[in-house]
Amino acid sequence: MATGHEAAAQHAPTASEYIVHHLTHLNTSGHAQNVIVDWGLFNLDTLFWSILLGVLGMFLFARVASKATSGVPGRLQAAVEIIIEMVNTQAKGIVHNAESRKFVAPLALTAFVWIFLMNAMDLVPLDLLPLAWQTATGNEHAYMRVVPTADLNGTLSLSIGVLIISLYYNLKIKGIGGWTHELLTAPFGSHPLLMPANLALNLIEYVAKTVSHGMRLFGNLYAGELIFMLIALMGASLSASFTGVSLFAGHLIAGTAWAIFHILIIVLQAFIFMMLTLVYIGQAHESH
Amino acid sequence: MNLNATLFAQLLVFFILAWFTMKFVWPPIMKALDDRAKKITDGLAAADKAKTDLALAEKKVVEELRKARESAGEFRTSAEKQGGVIIDEARVEAARIITQAREAAEKEAGAAAQRAKETLRDHVAQLAVAGASQILRREINPQVHAELLANLKRELS
Repeated sequence: MATGHEAAAQHAPTASEYIVHHLTHLNTSGHAQNVIVDWGLFNLDTLFWSILLGVLGMFLFARVASKATSGVPGRLQAAVEIIIEMVNTQAKGIVHNAESRKFVAPLALTAFVWIFLMNAMDLVPLDLLPLAWQTATGNEHAYMRVVPTADLNGTLSLSIGVLIISLYYNLKIKGIGGWTHELLTAPFGSHPLLMPANLALNLIEYVAKTVSHGMRLFGNLYAGELIFMLIALMGASLSASFTGVSLFAGHLIAGTAWAIFHILIIVLQAFIFMMLTLVYIGQAHESH
Repeated sequence: MNLNATLFAQLLVFFILAWFTMKFVWPPIMKALDDRAKKITDGLAAADKAKTDLALAEKKVVEELRKARESAGEFRTSAEKQGGVIIDEARVEAARIITQAREAAEKEAGAAAQRAKETLRDHVAQLAVAGASQILRREINPQVHAELLANLKRELS
């Protein structure tokens, strides 16, 4: 399994080492990934936590769904119904095609619930799960990141999934001819000289949409996690001095404040991702 | 911020989860929600209908009460009228009976008086004849003197 900084073996980690260690994924290579892109590696921690949360979340929903009654609902069923009703309302307002909604609305629900659960891992005490993992493996430098949405792979895979589905609906609704025509003639016009510009702009638009879609979620969660680490470093500076005690108190106050604020962030980001998923797929249904 | 093959794995997981949701989560919940909406609609409609029915029934009750009161009044009036008629008739009948009885009694009394008078007249005639015969000292033949006696009787009446 992965090993941490060899240099950190003999002394307590510095602030920089602490943060770098926390931001390194447990992957299949046995060490930290040292190039920007390496298609031969898997991030085991991202896969484990995202699949675990996805399966748990969907299992819970499926369980509620299988027992769903049209009579008086229990509290759990009512909660699930509120979420589904919310997603359904948004889907109806954005995707004006009942047939497409049969897949798109559940897709949006999946995105919302899954992203919310993955984001919520940010609220688990920062060092708890990494420490448990390090204790379990007996390697005090083992890597473990528990927030799959703070991994660019996790968020870009979602946004690329949305891109693929929106391309599919472009083809399905407009046909290959209609879509090609749209790519070549919108937004500037159908003059042949404008076609390259139109095509280029459309391609850029698709790339920009997809990258910003994934990056927005990643950036929020990555930054949130980083701030939790900085707050944790304040608490780590506890000593008998006035500064040490003040920093510890600062940790308590800032940590509480940031965690409460983060409750908003994790829901909001999941909601934004879901809404943009619907918007992008809805755009695939509309002609320019 | 590194990219690796996790991306493809996650993509697959995303689609599998979405498929699962579409298959096992979405339809039952939607069905339950739609059914409940229908139930509530039906219930509200039934409540409205019941309310209308109740109002109608109340109106009918008031109407029936009014009718019953009216007909009871009619009954009383006609009974009073009939009673009055019966009493009047009875009064007339009684008066008639009384008059009849009085007339009969008077007639009877008149007849009795007449009879008594006649008897008395007979007696008086006989007495007169007897007296006259004694006075005349001669027998008067009743057959011969019948006219005389009848005249006498007539004068006495």
